[in-house]
Amino acid sequence: MLELISHYPLAAALLALVGMGAVFGALLGYADVRFRTEGDPIADQINNLLPQTQCGQCGYPGCRPYAEAIAGGEAINKCPPGGESTIADLADLLDVEALPLDQEHGEEKVKAVAYIREPECIGCTKCIQACPVDAILGAAKQMHTVIVSECTGCDLCVDPCPVDCIDMIPQAQGLHSWRWPLPDPVSSVAAIIATDSNRGQAA
Amino acid sequence: MRTVFRFHGGIHPSENKQQSLQTPIEFAGIPPELVIPLSQHVGAPASSVVAIGERVLKGQMIAESTGYISLPLHAPTSGTITAIEDRTIPHPSGYKAPCLIIATDGEDEWQTTRCEPNYQDLTPAELVQLLRDAGVAGMGGAGFPTAVKLSINPDVHIETLVINGTECEPYITADDALMRERGAQIIEGARILSYIINPARTLIGVEDNKPEGIASLRYAARDTGIDIVAVPTRYPSGGEKQLIEILTNKQVPSGGLPADIGVMCQNLGTTVAIHDAVIKGRPLISRITTVTGRSLDQPQNFEVLLGTPLRFLLSRAGYQGSTNNKLIIGGPMMGFTVPNADVPVVKTCNCLLAPTENELPSPPPAKACIRCGQCAEVCPASLLPQQLFWFAQGNEHEKLERHNLFDCIECGSCSWVCPSHIPLVQYYRAAKADIVLHRENHLKSEHARGRFEFRQARIAREVHEKQTRREARRQAALAHNNDSGSITSPSTDPVQAAIARAKARKAGQQKPRSEPESS
Amino acid sequence: MAPVLITSPHAHSARSTAGMMLKVLLATVPGILVLTYFFGFGTLVNILWACVVALTCESLALALRRRPLLFYLGDYSALVTATLIGIALPPYSSWWLIAIGTGSAILLAKHLYGGLGYNPFNPAMVGYVILLISFPVQMTSWALPQGPEELPGLIEALKACFAPAHYDGTTMATPLDLLKQNNSLPVDELWVENQQFGRWAGLGWEWVNIAFLGGGLWLLWQRVFTWHAPVTMLVALALMASLFYDGGSAASGGSPLFHLLSGATMLGAFFIVTDPVTSAVSLRGRLVYGTLIGVLIYVIRVWGNYPDAMAFAVLIMNFAAPFIDHFTQPRTYGHRDKPENR
Repeated sequence: MLELISHYPLAAALLALVGMGAVFGALLGYADVRFRTEGDPIADQINNLLPQTQCGQCGYPGCRPYAEAIAGGEAINKCPPGGESTIADLADLLDVEALPLDQEHGEEKVKAVAYIREPECIGCTKCIQACPVDAILGAAKQMHTVIVSECTGCDLCVDPCPVDCIDMIPQAQGLHSWRWPLPDPVSSVAAIIATDSNRGQAA
Repeated sequence: MRTVFRFHGGIHPSENKQQSLQTPIEFAGIPPELVIPLSQHVGAPASSVVAIGERVLKGQMIAESTGYISLPLHAPTSGTITAIEDRTIPHPSGYKAPCLIIATDGEDEWQTTRCEPNYQDLTPAELVQLLRDAGVAGMGGAGFPTAVKLSINPDVHIETLVINGTECEPYITADDALMRERGAQIIEGARILSYIINPARTLIGVEDNKPEGIASLRYAARDTGIDIVAVPTRYPSGGEKQLIEILTNKQVPSGGLPADIGVMCQNLGTTVAIHDAVIKGRPLISRITTVTGRSLDQPQNFEVLLGTPLRFLLSRAGYQGSTNNKLIIGGPMMGFTVPNADVPVVKTCNCLLAPTENELPSPPPAKACIRCGQCAEVCPASLLPQQLFWFAQGNEHEKLERHNLFDCIECGSCSWVCPSHIPLVQYYRAAKADIVLHRENHLKSEHARGRFEFRQARIAREVHEKQTRREARRQAALAHNNDSGSITSPSTDPVQAAIARAKARKAGQQKPRSEPESS
Repeated sequence: MAPVLITSPHAHSARSTAGMMLKVLLATVPGILVLTYFFGFGTLVNILWACVVALTCESLALALRRRPLLFYLGDYSALVTATLIGIALPPYSSWWLIAIGTGSAILLAKHLYGGLGYNPFNPAMVGYVILLISFPVQMTSWALPQGPEELPGLIEALKACFAPAHYDGTTMATPLDLLKQNNSLPVDELWVENQQFGRWAGLGWEWVNIAFLGGGLWLLWQRVFTWHAPVTMLVALALMASLFYDGGSAASGGSPLFHLLSGATMLGAFFIVTDPVTSAVSLRGRLVYGTLIGVLIYVIRVWGNYPDAMAFAVLIMNFAAPFIDHFTQPRTYGHRDKPENR
């Protein structure tokens, strides 16, 4: 056998390749069985990053379907409520390039909560049915109200309202929400250019 | 002589403390108008209990606490409430927030208050309540309510009470002045604290650049067992964690409290406030504020009524507005700038700094980080500031957390030493805020997802139930037609059971007419 | 009144990056003077021409990258790189040699990686190694150390640089070359045979190294860098040399003193190993970094293919610096574990 192999290098190469193929194939097959995971972990991870407003602005009926679509190759820039930071997180997770938000699906807005102008509410329950997170309280022919802490600001209740009594109120920027911004690269570049031109004049 | 230990890093910025120590503490006077922000420090804002137009007396409670971590406010002098409106408050944001405005009447008329010179007659819990009612907050840093700090878990025994008199920030001499002039009150305050928490030992840490203060305290503390420890002058020795390490050679666990290692730390100014509250029955309505900087003719320490506008204080110290480049509340290392001089003094304002451009120049544009590592050498938390800067630029939250960003105490040593003038602390603050925001958003989205999934499940269940009901009705109708009466095999399946119940009900309502169903 | 959003601290130490670079430049002066005393104006011409090329390349790169010129030229880092290349190259090198070395240092090693602070490899050493590999003949011919009266004058030096065809200088092997080529004579006989060895480590060379040592100690005193990397590098080199001195036999690698005061040892220890951008950052990391460079220098000098090893040793350790940093992170206040263990 050994002699045969040493005499026919072609056979040796062929044998080696086939052998390697068999070994690695077996390894891969074993790994597939051994490390099999239930469900789609990538879709779960993606869903974890999405803002869970369930607003459907991406064109999918909720965050999970969109997460599954992204796992299947859909673009990552269709989520206006998440905005740039969600896109950046997704790009990071999936190791793809971060694209600017697709304007077709809406713009990134300040977080808002729905507010029902209660005197105008006719108690039709249409908004309650539309709310994906059960954040609207009320019953038929009774006044409805929004539980502010539960509202995700998805806008889905605005359209169904027959009397247009729902406003989306942007959340106030106050002391509580203030935070130090990152040092502004634009202003520092401007300052550099200013110092540069000063020096230029002096020189 | 007690051994002192050392902490990692630290810097030696020019002290500039002599300027404001030339004269003794002086009462700043009663300004025509006091502006009292309802939110003066960490915790929930107080809620006003007075009406516009109401006359208030000095020491009268004008706003009550609204939660556990919240304190009441008292009128610093007598006068009339003229408005409750938004004014600019001393906060790095420069935002406006609700304030009580008092037009003072100059009579300084006291309300009768409760004092307890024989405080040993009270239980520690009663004393803590007294301090809470007097609105006493930490006078050094974030102004954490003293009563909350003192309400520790009864299982935890405090071995060491540390009074922080290091005052390591340049320019500030408020505690130094207190030590020189009110040593006895400090010691009395420390003894009240020690009565409340009953530690094995009480240490007062003072940087060795205050020999007069140390001598005065040692004199006042003779025969009390309170130890005055001179610690080497090195910024930031006054950081709570750093001082604890200097005095006990123990490190506060990350994310934990000093109480975890049997230590409690209180600011030296707070001991005076405690003394005033307990012995004199005087709530926290004034404080010592150092007013200094080269834009002032007479830098000095003032006893200031809370709510006094900075403008009033500055004019008392001979302010030269034309030479001033910024107004800083706090010291040059950790203080923040305020947009105008109408901002009032609050419980935490230990210093008002009005420097000239020459004195504290505006930062030049940052150059590239050359990884010189000087920031890591001076970092008192042994962090790697240049790595954190790198990650903060790239918004790499995970790496920032793994490199212990949240152990940064924002002392500013790294920015001070950086030869490239990079505003490192601002990067860390922004990154911390960003991470916290991310966490909050994530919690919110998790919550929303939970509710969404619950709703989905509920809708599915409702649909299912509707179907089963419909099915049951159909079955019942069938049974009705077939005149079925009894059920032969009672099923454990709830659906089946529901069907069975429905059938039974139907059967009960209407007389069975048909033969048994073969199920 | 100033804008609101100036974050603390408002005070700042008087240090600046440009100031540190200027101090480094100043600290090279004694070494350059001694080099000029022994080898003539060649080094000075090298440095001046390298500076011109470096500033030109830096301006070009900055212009292409749309960065403000004066602001970035003002950090003087290009001048430091150029000066180091000028010192490292043999005196009386041709203008094109210097231009290629400096150009590749600034353009390839620095700006292609994003400019100052972003370059993983020491630019001066990259430029030097590119030349060493591409033009070995020109790079290994050092001028003869002579007394000042026999040395070529400034005009000669300029001619050597800008009209190399018309220059005929005398060159010779450096003491490190000689030791490398030797395989028959014991060390002390070798010293007697060859005048170039001078008293300890080579005629001229010993004084050049002592001068750079002086400049380096001044920088240390000025706290431009910490002692960790240079001292451990020198100690490791000396230790290796004493371990393999072998009693001065024909197979000896040379005495510790010879290694410390020969070639680019002191220049490397205080001006190249200490380059903050490309070295390890933590203090413990710098100890490891310096030690390994010292060991590598000896290994390459004695058993490797090149007589001097500074550039290769430094570049190899530049590769390793991030790993060293990763494994030498300090324990944060209040933590039990180091960051990488969690």
